[in-house]
Amino acid sequence: MREINTPLDHATVMSLHAGEQVLLSGVIYTARDAAHLRMMECIRKGEKLPFELTGQVIYYAGPSPTPPGAVVGSIGPTTSMRMDSMTPPLLERGLAGMVGKGGRSQEVCRSIQENSAVYFVAIGGAAALGAQCVKALEVIAWDDLGPESVKRLVVDKLPVIVAVDAYGADAFEEGQSAYLEQKKSMD
Amino acid sequence: MVRELDARQIEETVCELCIRACRELPEDIGKRMEEAARDEDWDKARAILELLLKNADVARKSAVPICQDTGMAVVFCEVGQDVHITGSFEEAICAGVRKGYTEGYLRKSVVGDPLRRKNTGDNTPPVIHLRLVPGDRVRLTVAPKGAGSENMSRMTMLTPAQGMEGVRQFVMETVRLAGANPCPPMILGIGVGGNFERAPELAKEALLDSLDTWNPDPFYADLEKEWLDEINAMGIGPQGLGGRTTCLGLHIHQEATHIACLPVAVNVGCHVTRHATAVL
Repeated sequence: MREINTPLDHATVMSLHAGEQVLLSGVIYTARDAAHLRMMECIRKGEKLPFELTGQVIYYAGPSPTPPGAVVGSIGPTTSMRMDSMTPPLLERGLAGMVGKGGRSQEVCRSIQENSAVYFVAIGGAAALGAQCVKALEVIAWDDLGPESVKRLVVDKLPVIVAVDAYGADAFEEGQSAYLEQKKSMD
Repeated sequence: MVRELDARQIEETVCELCIRACRELPEDIGKRMEEAARDEDWDKARAILELLLKNADVARKSAVPICQDTGMAVVFCEVGQDVHITGSFEEAICAGVRKGYTEGYLRKSVVGDPLRRKNTGDNTPPVIHLRLVPGDRVRLTVAPKGAGSENMSRMTMLTPAQGMEGVRQFVMETVRLAGANPCPPMILGIGVGGNFERAPELAKEALLDSLDTWNPDPFYADLEKEWLDEINAMGIGPQGLGGRTTCLGLHIHQEATHIACLPVAVNVGCHVTRHATAVL
């Protein structure tokens, strides 16, 4: 399987296509509902964001607490569409990729295309396995948000699937249609 | 004959049930997932199902949560009329959840106020459903419910004229709107009848039925089978990426209702619809 590393450069982003399975390695940042709300506040007030966006990947995830001796608790993606309204401003400021689960709105898909970014999905609910791919974890902002704080993760070969690529293709539509086509031709 | 029960026993039991529910997939769901993986005719979909089964195995063996969203604790209590509880019943359940979510390294996913949204830090309060029943036992079921699936649940007040077809359409529409979001393959609990607050309760109770069973009333069992097949023909598939396995199981709980009402609720569950039960 193809391996890609963060930060994601333009050439890498443009080489990814909906439905492709890749292994993601490098630094990614967790941020979900509460952290996105705060990031929008930062943008509105002209304040610095917790991390530099250019080329970076956000993982919509809030892990369970870290057990003794482990790097992270169970971790998997949360439903991405809840962050939809807060995504275009981040893409416009250089965010290169997102890892989540489920589909995105038309507006977000358009913004992904316009800003040459990529949206990946990780397998929802496979959180015990998801933890095995995290090699380091550091809370870098908003510790008061507990599970929803912004964390800097170092991941190694996290299996993800390209869900929406920079050309606007959508793995959900394509996957479901392809399956139904095959089913029809076999009936 | 009144049986004495110390509330601390309830606290200990709830604590243990929270932890167990989050780490161990119910047996009937595991079995059904294995069958689904064998019957899945789309390669990518089968690979996802096999990964989910591997994850459940790792979680059980390593004693870690199957999913990071260890949910809001939903506690079903059936208290025998001949039981006398010493100590506060509700506080014991709350304390049990607090203890379980701390000792089990489970995620604290509850905010104390829906608009002001400050995390309570201990996953309390739980949602408690209480029923008084004959006998001297206390039956406790903890069903931690994650938000991905819960957010896709819906409720409506149909008219009697809309009938069975109206209910079917509402169920199918709920599934289509949910799509990939509730981590398919999903499990569905459908409540039909009751009233505005009973239909959703019926739906959640239906969600916890074993996947090995059908509604004891053949009229409803037939609907369960038909609707399950209809959903699995949609092609949504595991994680919404296409495939045969969109729904692992579907149950309907029905109840008496007003002559002018047809309340319907669909509680969506994910492939990790967790629950653990103990009887004191």
